[in-house]
Amino acid sequence: MSEKEPLFSSKNLRLITDPLNTNNPITVQVLGICSALAITVKLEPAIVMTLSVMAVLVVANVVISLLRKSIPPRIRIIVQLVVIASMVILVDQVLKAFAYDVSKQLSVFVGLIITNCIIMGRLEAFAMANKPWPSFLDAIGNASGYGLILIIVAFFRELLGSGTLFGYPVLEKIGLYKTGYENNGLMILPPMALITIGIIIWVQRSKNRELIEEK
Amino acid sequence: MKALRNFLDKIKPSFEKGGRFEMFHSTFEAFETLMFVPDKVTTQGSHIRDAMDMKRAMIIVVFALVPATLFGIWNIGYQHFLAAGEEPGFWSTFLFGLWKYLPLLVVSYVVGLGIEFMFAQLRGHEVNEGFLVTGFLIPLIVPVDIPLWMLALAVAFAVIIGKEVFGGTGMNILNPALTARAFLFFSYPAWMSGDQVWVAGLKHGLQAVDGFSGATPLAEAAAGKIEHLPSAMQMFLGTIPGSVGETSTLAILLGALFLIYTGIGSWKIMVSAFAGGLVMGLILNLFAVNPYMEVPAWEHLLLGGFAFGMVFMATDPVTAAQTETGKWIYGFLAGLLAILIRVLNPAYPEGVMLAILLMNVFAPLIDHYVIEANIKRRLKRAKVTAQ
Repeated sequence: MSEKEPLFSSKNLRLITDPLNTNNPITVQVLGICSALAITVKLEPAIVMTLSVMAVLVVANVVISLLRKSIPPRIRIIVQLVVIASMVILVDQVLKAFAYDVSKQLSVFVGLIITNCIIMGRLEAFAMANKPWPSFLDAIGNASGYGLILIIVAFFRELLGSGTLFGYPVLEKIGLYKTGYENNGLMILPPMALITIGIIIWVQRSKNRELIEEK
Repeated sequence: MKALRNFLDKIKPSFEKGGRFEMFHSTFEAFETLMFVPDKVTTQGSHIRDAMDMKRAMIIVVFALVPATLFGIWNIGYQHFLAAGEEPGFWSTFLFGLWKYLPLLVVSYVVGLGIEFMFAQLRGHEVNEGFLVTGFLIPLIVPVDIPLWMLALAVAFAVIIGKEVFGGTGMNILNPALTARAFLFFSYPAWMSGDQVWVAGLKHGLQAVDGFSGATPLAEAAAGKIEHLPSAMQMFLGTIPGSVGETSTLAILLGALFLIYTGIGSWKIMVSAFAGGLVMGLILNLFAVNPYMEVPAWEHLLLGGFAFGMVFMATDPVTAAQTETGKWIYGFLAGLLAILIRVLNPAYPEGVMLAILLMNVFAPLIDHYVIEANIKRRLKRAKVTAQ
């Protein structure tokens, strides 16, 4: 490429918009399901989780992209893991220092970001073959796509399962309980997170028929 | 009848292709075939095995449920007046039960069939009859005082997530009626367990007379109060608190005999399920360390929803194992697991629902290995004769 590409060319912008919809890491690639089931009971941890994954993915993607020419192919996975693991430890420490309660709720799942397939997948599939700036955008896009689904799922699970949003008792304030309504205990259990994601996939595919696999 | 036929014939063209109400074709079709013998004739090949179609198979199951339903309706009233310390006559008891039972049935059918019709319209296929049975089963396996909106939600969940998502009647992995019950059980445990919900009125402030306990025999047993268990005869006849239709083992047996006689329900599944329950009961007796484990094995078959589940739920032709050997294994494990969960897991007083749902999931696997084994057996035989 002799001519310099503008920073936000349409090709670069698609790195951000694609993962939000047609190439969503959760609903289309079906990666990172484990954490999506585990930490979507309430909105707050879901958002913190999204930010943590975004921080890890952005830094790891850029670092690996910078190093991509000097990483020996045979040990590339180990190098990638070292970068991810150091970032995860950093994020974990920051959370413990500044958001202790949420960090308690996320418990082991912060550490498990290391094993989140989305991160390894982006490093392998994108950062190893692209320049730092597109890698940065790709990281933002994928982390947002991941977070988008997490937040949608957490919204419904918190609202229907606990009757609150960000801990604020919405349903109580509008007086729904007086009519005999009760919180749905199943929403708090992991199976309902899976079913909610399933419904999101269903809605997405019925709107975007290109996503439906040929039989 | 003639007038109805004429009326249907008159409006039929507007529902056919190109007609004004083409989009409601499947709705029309469903009602027409419900009232009259379908006029479709097979044109190619001979496909007719016998005159049994899905509507007839389903309606026979509903007939088989009638004894349990009638008894259940009477028992609602009987338990209610027992708690209140009154003794009205048979008819007021029965009518009270009917008044409590009918809303459950209406909600179940209206919500379930509404969703079925909607999906049939949207997807352009015929309305299937599967829900006739599911909708009839659901009111029988819930506590009588369950709020109607919860029931409606559970029915909607069962039909959409349990059935339509997989492609409708015949494609579902899990029994839809049990899916509805599992949804209620995990969503609203306060309305599905305890000693308040099983008798009409207790949850709404009815003061029970002294000495009356609304707890089901299962709950009593799980709490270790074995001496509170009603007599075996009471449990066999079903004059005990419990979900609407599952208390009377006698009424269920009548239904089971009818299902076996007509060939709709698999006797292999029923027999092996009861055998499985009995075997697990005996195993528990052997290693008994608490009074619950000492309950005679045969008494377990009368307790809770075991008989109802194994006769009407485990034999669901869609979700049970399909192969003949598979049916033995499937039924046996369902019975075995039901008693195992019931006795050893304090969190789930009744294991029948979970055991059957679990076996539903494993049914295709069982079938797979039965078929593989059969193929191997026949291959072996083929080699021997070739020499």
